[in-house]
Amino acid sequence: MEKVAIIGVGQTKYERNKPETFAELVFEATSKALEDAGISKDDVDNVVSVSSDFWDGRTISSMAISDASNAYGKDITTVEGDGTFGALYGMMRILSGSFGVTLVCAHHKGTESNIKGITNCAFDPLVERKLGIDAISSAALQARRYMNRYGVSEEQLALVSVKNHGNAMRNPLALLPMDITVADVMGSRKVADPLKLLDCSPVTDGACTLVLAAERPAKKLCTNKKRVWLRGVGHCSDAYRLGDRDLSDTRALKDAARRAYAMAGINDPRADVDLAEVYDAFSYMELMWLEGLGFCGDGEAGEQMERGIFNFDGELPVNPSGGRLSAHPVQVAGLQAMAECVLQLRGEAGDRQLNTPETALVHGINGMCGQSHCVWILGK
Amino acid sequence: MPDWKQEVDVMIDAGKISVPYSWTVGTTLSRFYCELRDNGKIWANRCPECGNVFVPPKVKCINCYQDLNDWLELPGTGTVETFTVVRYQEPTLHPRPAPFVYGIIKMDGADTGLLHFIDEIEPEKVKVGMRVEAVLEDERDGNILDIKYFRPVK
Amino acid sequence: MGNRVGIIGVGQTHHAAKRLDASGVELISEAVTRALDDAQLTISDIDAIVIGNMDHFENINYVDMWAIDGLGACMKPVFKVTTGGTTGSTVGACGYYHAASGLFDVVLAVGWEKNSESDTQAAIATCANPTLERDPFAGAIGPLATEYSMYMKAFGATEEDSAIVAARDRNNALNNPYAHSRQAVTVEDVLNSPMLSYPIKFLDMCPRSDGSCAVIFASEEKAKKLCPKPAWVHTSVVRHDYTHFGDLEWKFMPTLERASAAAYKLAGISDPLNEFDVAELYLPCSTCGVKWMDSLWFCEHGGAPGLIRKGTFNMDGQLPINPSGGVISTNPIGATALIRIGEAAWQIMGKAGGRQIEGVKKALCTGFGGCSWTDLMILGADLP
Repeated sequence: MEKVAIIGVGQTKYERNKPETFAELVFEATSKALEDAGISKDDVDNVVSVSSDFWDGRTISSMAISDASNAYGKDITTVEGDGTFGALYGMMRILSGSFGVTLVCAHHKGTESNIKGITNCAFDPLVERKLGIDAISSAALQARRYMNRYGVSEEQLALVSVKNHGNAMRNPLALLPMDITVADVMGSRKVADPLKLLDCSPVTDGACTLVLAAERPAKKLCTNKKRVWLRGVGHCSDAYRLGDRDLSDTRALKDAARRAYAMAGINDPRADVDLAEVYDAFSYMELMWLEGLGFCGDGEAGEQMERGIFNFDGELPVNPSGGRLSAHPVQVAGLQAMAECVLQLRGEAGDRQLNTPETALVHGINGMCGQSHCVWILGK
Repeated sequence: MPDWKQEVDVMIDAGKISVPYSWTVGTTLSRFYCELRDNGKIWANRCPECGNVFVPPKVKCINCYQDLNDWLELPGTGTVETFTVVRYQEPTLHPRPAPFVYGIIKMDGADTGLLHFIDEIEPEKVKVGMRVEAVLEDERDGNILDIKYFRPVK
Repeated sequence: MGNRVGIIGVGQTHHAAKRLDASGVELISEAVTRALDDAQLTISDIDAIVIGNMDHFENINYVDMWAIDGLGACMKPVFKVTTGGTTGSTVGACGYYHAASGLFDVVLAVGWEKNSESDTQAAIATCANPTLERDPFAGAIGPLATEYSMYMKAFGATEEDSAIVAARDRNNALNNPYAHSRQAVTVEDVLNSPMLSYPIKFLDMCPRSDGSCAVIFASEEKAKKLCPKPAWVHTSVVRHDYTHFGDLEWKFMPTLERASAAAYKLAGISDPLNEFDVAELYLPCSTCGVKWMDSLWFCEHGGAPGLIRKGTFNMDGQLPINPSGGVISTNPIGATALIRIGEAAWQIMGKAGGRQIEGVKKALCTGFGGCSWTDLMILGADLP
């Protein structure tokens, strides 16, 4: 496979109630990404916008940001889903030979939306929607199924929250850096059993832009220091209705991971991967996804979390940025995670810099209860 | 930051989109809901290739992509696979006030679970593995809420 | 370099104003089943799937997740793309890039819409900037009417010119069993139909339909193995314009001009009027079928009425346009632009039935939407 690199990243600060419009957010992230890559807007030959009509409250959501994303006069398209899928399409377009430099941008203003109403609309209007189910109540169903199957405790879930909010204290961009304890999480307001407030990610605003380039333009346009290679990717979706699958079964994630590892030549994920940014929309999800990614056996992540394996100073740091629990701009999240890994691999991650990582894993999800997954392997 | 930006009184434009919807239930689910509404029965359909039974019924088998023409009636009982006690109020979405219980009930005779409410039991007493049965509304409209909830089998 | 890619199968539903018998999932599975049959494949031969529609028309969030049953996508790679009216061609381009990238060999691309489930104009209105343009300018007809008025004033085009286009497309639909609206009309009928927004009349304008289209793309090696006569993708080009309606150029269609110029260059086309054998164009209104001919480089600005009055674009003309009946006969928005690609592919494959043009070697397909956006794909009987 031809090599494709990320050569530039740009992020806004992730906050609540940001006063900027979608276009202003995308302009900020895009300007930063172009500056980071050291390229001009004319070096970009195509744009993938990650936009959602639902979250934005307008049809053709990408239209609002097309000027701001440097898309005028260029070949542009829109993926509706997590940023990891947008980056995948951006890479496909380069691999096709039609383009050399793809700009992938995502934006989100959670504070302008009604998360419960919008996620309720992800459920089938003819079957599940009328019951009032949404992202949180469905996640609670998955959490309990997972915990029940493997004997995972609420305290083990809480460890994820403690770790990630703590990690966020080193990330100036994160919305919710917090120095909390397991007791704080256990005592936080019950939302939908077994989930409590501090098990859930926050409503967030923000934008992120990546610049992808084929090997030749990547080498021509920027220095080696800036280049982070996309070594492998895989995506896969499970069934739709909650009752169609065993919610504790991560088979779709395992399939996506298998493809990504095969492409990247990774045989032992635990040994070969130096850091991972996984989609912790809820605390229990980090545990499930770490298992599905093969970092430990099914049902073992909680116990490994207790031993500190996935801590910032642990054997395999997970979500050193603070994860989605500390900032969750939907759609943007996958790109944000990729941007974080790029910074880590370049040695530009400031206070949250890990010790010379070489291979990073990024994981994104789409749909409710992690129905669909996209796994990326990045390398220096 | 330029001076003028500091002085602007930033505004909010509170909008509400008005787009009315009427979804076509389609042939497969219309049959399911007509049987539920008119005869108080819960029907499923089965794949001729892999034998999987789906409730609510499907258009195509998710494993084999075969047409599903083989229909069967289910007894309406099942086992709780998972549940949650919802504690936040969302009156525009929730048909009932919190706290209430959602469950996914693995239906007897089928290979899939059905999402619905669990009632006639204190939320704290609901357990995974409980045996439950569907309770129907007396007046039914032909949608999933024709099932009022699932309650523990006596 | 990437792979060359061919279309090896197409499936469509019988499009209608209201498909009361079919839910969205049923509609999608109809098109997918027909595409698989057309290509003589089963769902297990499909390596990846992409789907598109416009969210607000059916009020379903994460449609790719919801459509799993209809797509046969359980435990397969799938995602969604959406770009307003150009969604269908965006989906087509996406299917092409999946296979061209070398990551997937056989790719299913599906567009669909159930416009009967919502108020189309109210939903489209939300594409306009809520604080600047939504109240005065919303809807699809206003901008199109404005555009043709300017063209009539600048170049002397007439309402009769657009009526000729409307009658042409509508009469072509009589040969297409899948078309939504199939009625024999004369130019007089069009001119006498009720005025919607000057100068656009009822029979000039596209309907809103329920329908779905599925197109199967395959990388070169697989396409050759699986299909006797694939429709090869020569090029795919997209050009978008400014975000706000007030910023656009109205005298000609800039995105169509730029997209087609770029595509022709990539595909080695210097004389489009003569080199294409058929064109399936996204003309949401007959007026577009006049004005936009200039922007496809068939003639100078203002030259279109002359070509139209000569019958250049009729079924027996120099370059038949829309043998399928086009958009004014069938418009399930998320599928509409993909139907152009599917119909053009069938023309090349010799599967276009009663609307087949003889000896099609090169076909032009366009998509239109958003704020005057253009998607363009060129297909050929020979490898590019």
